[in-house]
Amino acid sequence: MSFIDKLKKNDNLYFALRNKKVIIGAVIFLALLITALIGPIIAPYDYEEFAGAPYANPSFQHLMGTSIFGRDVFSQVLYGLRSTFVVGFVGGTLGTVIGLIIGFFAGYRSGSMLDEILMMMTNILLVIPTIALLIILSAYLPYRGVITQSMIIGFTSWPWVARAVRSQTLSLRNKEFVNLSRISGASTFKIIKDDIAYNMFSYVFMVYILQFAGAILTSVSLDFIGLGPTKGISLGLIMQDAVNWNAIQLGMWWWAILPGVVLTVLVTSLYFINTGLDEVFNPTLREM
Amino acid sequence: MGKYLRKKLIIYLITFFFAVTLDWAIPRFMPGDPISMLLARFNGLENSSDIVRSTFTKSFGLDQPLITQYFGFWKSLFTGDLGISIYLYPKKVSEIISQALIYDILLLLPAILLSWIVGNKLGARSGVNKKVDNIMMPFFYVLTSSPYFWFAVLLVFFFGVKLQIFPVNGAYSNIMIPGFNIQFILDFLYHWVLPFLSLFMVMLGGWAIGMRNMIIYEMGSNYSKYMESLGSSEKLIRKYAFRNAILPQVTGLALQLGTIVAGAFTTEIVFSYPGIGYILLKALLNQDYFLIQGCFLFIVICVLVANFLVDIVYMLIDPRVRFSFSGEV
Amino acid sequence: MTEKILDVKDLKLYYKTLKGYVKAIDGINFDIKRGEILGIAGESGCGKSTLGNGLILLKKPLNYISGQANLNGKNIMNLKNKEMNTLRFKDISIIPQFAMDAFSPTKKIKTFISDIVSQHNINPDEKFFDKVRERLDMVNLNHSVLNNYSIELSGGMKQRLVMVISTLLDPELLICDEVTSALDVSSQRFVANMIGDFRDKKIIGSAIFITHDLSILYQIADRIMVMYAGHIAEIADSDTIVKNPKHPYTKALISSLPKNDVQYKDEQLSGIDGTPPNLLNIGEGCRFRFRCKYATDICAKQTPVQEEISSGHTLACWNYKKAGSDKNV
Repeated sequence: MSFIDKLKKNDNLYFALRNKKVIIGAVIFLALLITALIGPIIAPYDYEEFAGAPYANPSFQHLMGTSIFGRDVFSQVLYGLRSTFVVGFVGGTLGTVIGLIIGFFAGYRSGSMLDEILMMMTNILLVIPTIALLIILSAYLPYRGVITQSMIIGFTSWPWVARAVRSQTLSLRNKEFVNLSRISGASTFKIIKDDIAYNMFSYVFMVYILQFAGAILTSVSLDFIGLGPTKGISLGLIMQDAVNWNAIQLGMWWWAILPGVVLTVLVTSLYFINTGLDEVFNPTLREM
Repeated sequence: MGKYLRKKLIIYLITFFFAVTLDWAIPRFMPGDPISMLLARFNGLENSSDIVRSTFTKSFGLDQPLITQYFGFWKSLFTGDLGISIYLYPKKVSEIISQALIYDILLLLPAILLSWIVGNKLGARSGVNKKVDNIMMPFFYVLTSSPYFWFAVLLVFFFGVKLQIFPVNGAYSNIMIPGFNIQFILDFLYHWVLPFLSLFMVMLGGWAIGMRNMIIYEMGSNYSKYMESLGSSEKLIRKYAFRNAILPQVTGLALQLGTIVAGAFTTEIVFSYPGIGYILLKALLNQDYFLIQGCFLFIVICVLVANFLVDIVYMLIDPRVRFSFSGEV
Repeated sequence: MTEKILDVKDLKLYYKTLKGYVKAIDGINFDIKRGEILGIAGESGCGKSTLGNGLILLKKPLNYISGQANLNGKNIMNLKNKEMNTLRFKDISIIPQFAMDAFSPTKKIKTFISDIVSQHNINPDEKFFDKVRERLDMVNLNHSVLNNYSIELSGGMKQRLVMVISTLLDPELLICDEVTSALDVSSQRFVANMIGDFRDKKIIGSAIFITHDLSILYQIADRIMVMYAGHIAEIADSDTIVKNPKHPYTKALISSLPKNDVQYKDEQLSGIDGTPPNLLNIGEGCRFRFRCKYATDICAKQTPVQEEISSGHTLACWNYKKAGSDKNV
């Protein structure tokens, strides 16, 4: 049976579409994603443009007010949201994929030398505080774009994925159907692809959502410390700017707080989808 | 038991070795040659230029072969010599860090421990009571989704700027001289409240969610079902479930340390709180590479030590590790 | 004192799912007499375990729909959890399927025993533990297991320990849910004989022994009840079920057992074609009809009713007379 066929037969989609948390999370997430995609079209101003009087409160002209330099915060947020999605997507995908590959092989060949080496690597990277690594890497990179930042985040965030995937593979590996494939002479790759990967699909999907959210949160922290993209705009950079220019002390809450609201709502929506899916895939958590 | 600790210790030692090597290698091998860029930047200065240059040549040992440089790096490390700060010239990096450390400990330790305790309690409540769960969970999710610094900004805005109840800058008032007297301690605590609260709240959400999920899992486990079948009260079963659910939360404490450190840094920046995070920001802004390197090493060492402490605690509370029935935790 | 310890009348227990009801127990009638061991047999998914667990612990998503299960004349299906808790362990107890993880990994066995008996207002003093040790001797367990964590015990030890713990308060009715399934043949016999022993020594009153293994039941059960897809197929004393079955399903089941005097190179071991039906939102009709060669129109329209065809021999089949004349199934 192919991957798609198996998915179609799956009840999970049915349950997912009846789970409130998944629905609420997905609607918010998609709304923000669409907003980000069409951002440049609906943005009333450019993010670096002098758009009107500085210090302006939110109004119909400037939905989220203006910054101390007279820039339109709403337009900045629209553009910044794009970077946020890019970081989440690139960083999250990279972290998940690397973790998956390493976790799969370590788990499938558990007890072997390969497993020992991979796990040693994973455990080492797991204890090194990622932020310290990111700081030292970013600090010495004179020019950083959004993609560079995402890749650095992706390359440092895989270890816990690898560990989780390894233990999942380990428990699946000893299941009856995998043994059946093995004695019928299927290749390692085929077993991993058909038997293990399919059965881990739900699990990995949830891991991906968490990685997506994690990459976003890490990137805003980096932006805020001053290690964000050297060009362009992101939600973290807007807030860094705001705090650096004492926006809060000046009472400009729209500049310092609103971009964070958008970001928090985005990350919350991801967590909601994740928890909802957990209930879907995990019958013991399912609400009847 | 010994095997478990030995294995952990080996990993930490390798990690330390790896981190030091990384710390040494990055400025030397990064594209764009940061060291020469740095030197070029100081060429224009008159007095300090020579001193900086000699400091650099000495510390980086640029005229020596790489392997000598590498061993030199280790040697200076063990003598506690992390170089001299450029931005706070001529203060030693080790001195700056040790001064900042006390603020980090006083801020982070209570925030981590209290949020862990309270978060676990609230999460457990949420896990066993559907009504409480429906009210609390969205709240926890928003907390854990908010970037630390953003939550700090929120608190500053409401309690500092709008209501003006708490100060929002520094660890103590400018007119104060740090010392062990009641006046200073009160002033310190007054400044401490908001940064503490902002770290505490954001962490709380994460712990509560973790505990909530674990307790639901444990309450659905077979031993809970067995106890129920034998007529145990819900209270006793909950007690058992909590005892087991707390184990992954202890491991989580170690795994989360990295994220917490990052959160603490950004929070310190918002409050201009003179901990390592704030120092690091200044170092980054001033491209003070010795200080950055020093901070990196210091953070790694702290996290490793904390990890080791968590391991020891874990060993004491999980019999499976004590009897080395599970190799990996 | 009633003669029947348990009297079940038209009991319906359904699993509630988002797609509808899974009718796992759908209108069954049976009873258990004092001092009797009733065996329940059937293939996986027939509802035998659901029944065993449902009698002692009704838990979502399993819902009580209608009917009665009278334990000592009291319908336990309507009891609040608190009232039921006073009956559990003393009046009705269970040896669960999952003996391997019936214990919390972080509690010593002794602590666990003290905690659960305290729930029934029994003081876990040394005198009580003397009794525990006596019981441990009965199943050949060393007294030191009391000071162990469950992870230090082997599978067989845990299985025997669960037997001891579940029967500590001398329950009137003990449910043994697939207790032999995970064991090797010699341990199977030991455990099965132990249950008989417990009954003979009046440690337990009566027992329900659930298994898919008819040969074990033939050894220890006084009567056997065969279930198919949430319905009862046939109830009779063990000899009748094995030697003179009437229901087509029982016949098929018996004939699929290996026989002593048959060489299987001469004769094929017979199985039953097809699989049990999906119980989700299932309608009227005999549920075995899809696999039954005697099925007629009435089997599809009406669920067969349980009728007593001779003293102590009950079955539910529209065409058993036709099937009865057919010697070779």
